[in-house]
Amino acid sequence: MKCTWCFEEIIVDVNWSTLIPKPPTYLCDTCENKLVKITGQRCMMCSRESKMKLCSDCTYWKEHYKGEDPLTSNYSLFTYNQHMQDMIAKWKYRGDYEVGKAFQSYFSQGFKQKFSKMKNIIAVPIPLSEERLEERRFNQALMLAEALTIPCEEILERDHSEKQSKKTRYQRISSENPFKLKKTINKSVILVDDIYTTGTTIRHAASLFKQVGCEAIYAYTLIRG
Amino acid sequence: MLNTKNPLYSTTDLQELTKRYSGKLLLRQEIDMTQDEFSSAIKHQLFSETPPFKSKSFFYQCQRCGNNKKYYLGTIPCAVCQKNHYYCRKCVEMGRVMTCTPLYIWNGPEANWEMHENPCTWSGELTSVQEKASKRMVEAIQNREKVLLIWAVCGAGKTEMLFPGITEALKMGKRICLATPRADVVRELFPRFKEAFQDVSIQALYGGSPDKAGNAQLILATTHQLIRYQEAFDLMIIDEVDAFPFHMDPSLPFAANRAKKTTSTTIYLTATPRKIHRKLVEQKKIPHVFVPIRYHGFPLPVPTLTLCFSLKKQLKLNQYPTPFLKWYQKRKNPSRQLLIFVSTIDLAQNLKKSHDFQLKVESVHAEDPEREEKVQLFRKKKIDILLTTTILERGVTFPSVDVAVIDASHDVFDEAALVQIAGRAGRNSNDPTGEVVFFHDGKTNAMVQAIRSIQKMNKRGEALK
Repeated sequence: MKCTWCFEEIIVDVNWSTLIPKPPTYLCDTCENKLVKITGQRCMMCSRESKMKLCSDCTYWKEHYKGEDPLTSNYSLFTYNQHMQDMIAKWKYRGDYEVGKAFQSYFSQGFKQKFSKMKNIIAVPIPLSEERLEERRFNQALMLAEALTIPCEEILERDHSEKQSKKTRYQRISSENPFKLKKTINKSVILVDDIYTTGTTIRHAASLFKQVGCEAIYAYTLIRG
Repeated sequence: MLNTKNPLYSTTDLQELTKRYSGKLLLRQEIDMTQDEFSSAIKHQLFSETPPFKSKSFFYQCQRCGNNKKYYLGTIPCAVCQKNHYYCRKCVEMGRVMTCTPLYIWNGPEANWEMHENPCTWSGELTSVQEKASKRMVEAIQNREKVLLIWAVCGAGKTEMLFPGITEALKMGKRICLATPRADVVRELFPRFKEAFQDVSIQALYGGSPDKAGNAQLILATTHQLIRYQEAFDLMIIDEVDAFPFHMDPSLPFAANRAKKTTSTTIYLTATPRKIHRKLVEQKKIPHVFVPIRYHGFPLPVPTLTLCFSLKKQLKLNQYPTPFLKWYQKRKNPSRQLLIFVSTIDLAQNLKKSHDFQLKVESVHAEDPEREEKVQLFRKKKIDILLTTTILERGVTFPSVDVAVIDASHDVFDEAALVQIAGRAGRNSNDPTGEVVFFHDGKTNAMVQAIRSIQKMNKRGEALK
């Protein structure tokens, strides 16, 4: 077994616990340790590491929506450090699909801890526009959503626009809603994406579900940027 | 074949395209054309498709980088075809090669490269030994010989030796590639070549190079960049054939082989040939020339060994070994800069912090984002001591340095590496000697062999005088 990231051989200790079947490991210890999980105090709204209960970003959103924020809360697993940036770049932009498999296992583990008690809920991945999907050939958010134990429905559509990561903060926050709903639902929803940066994308999507009367709209993202 | 009467392509346009794409093996996204332009080019058979993977009996082989290792073969559920595809993870950094995206090769007219009358603007002179080697190279090019191995000691002036041969090839209108394993070397060679061949189109290609077109007549490239070429070069010069990535990574010889034309000349350059090449030389199965003496005529500095008793213990505490510090204080020529080789990146970084030399100490390693600048600063003598991993073992020239290897018994320092490291000292005619010391905690074969081979070269060099 080789590490999905550095291709070094993963040497597994053989002991009695080897007999118990375990999900496969994708990363070697060195690569795994370079990923930093969000621990300790975090913003209860957006998962950012923060001493305050509500971080400055989320205070802004609260004022912006005058208390009617479509997003219930966001939960993220990792911080966006240099190593993570390298991995994301290779996975998303270079298109190395296999890198995502390492994320899938963390993503489903995190889900069990945080969301497992919720019933009657579906996962909705943030889609790519058709053009972008043709270019990349896979949707990284769908890949993450498929790793979860709840049903996953692709009911969002996206218009083609400039990459979010190429825009400035102001452009992102003031941009128009690129999403459309393919059908209406009234269950609770977990929106799934790879990164939560300013929260604009997620809120654009969330506002559509709010309009059709979904109870609670959570976001579950791999990284809090 | 394409007719030039076609209104879509004027003669000049076609020449332009030919220069740009002939000899290339590209993915669709690497061809800078709109979809309309591209389909018309396909219709006129300017490009032909080749399958990206070949299935051999037990494995798939990526046709761009030659990889056939199973763990480098990924699968991806393609959202367009709704099918699972293979893709190559080995070369994914240079654009993804997958089963449903063909590779394109140029199928239009052949490129005619300029025949330069007098391309060489270099005014230096070669020593008699260098001249002998370069004459042999010119001969090999004129007679279209297949291979020639040039075995020249570190600091023999290999680059200058190449100039007459390259001049000859340019006169004959050939396309030339100089491939070297390290980007640092490409960066160092580029300005020197530009000065030596001022009127020739030259490009430097390496990961992150500003110019990516790769359509010049003379190309300096890292070996990785060759995976985008097929049947492109008449003269292929492979620098440092023995260097780490080239002899460890089978995809590089694969790419280098494919990048040259069927009738081409390959020149191998090395200071420390690996066993296979040495054997071929001994059995006279490969034509070769030997340059056992440095361009300034002084012998190579012979390394000395110093045993350090608690080396590992001190390194664990991030301290320099005591014998090293003693040697450091008693250097014969303290004005020289000091180049320290260590075995690992962590060690380089930790040692940098550990001791007050009251001098400027820096460390570089492969993943260092500021590596280029630091090497430049060291060359300009703005840094006094440079701690480095093996990345600076070859191809780089510093005028006046002493060299120390700390923990020379480590596996990364094989014979070739140690000879190359020793070759960093005394490269300038103003200061043709330098101290080279290996600090070890147990002699290894590599160290003994390295010293022996240096002494042997010096002897052969002495005999020539």
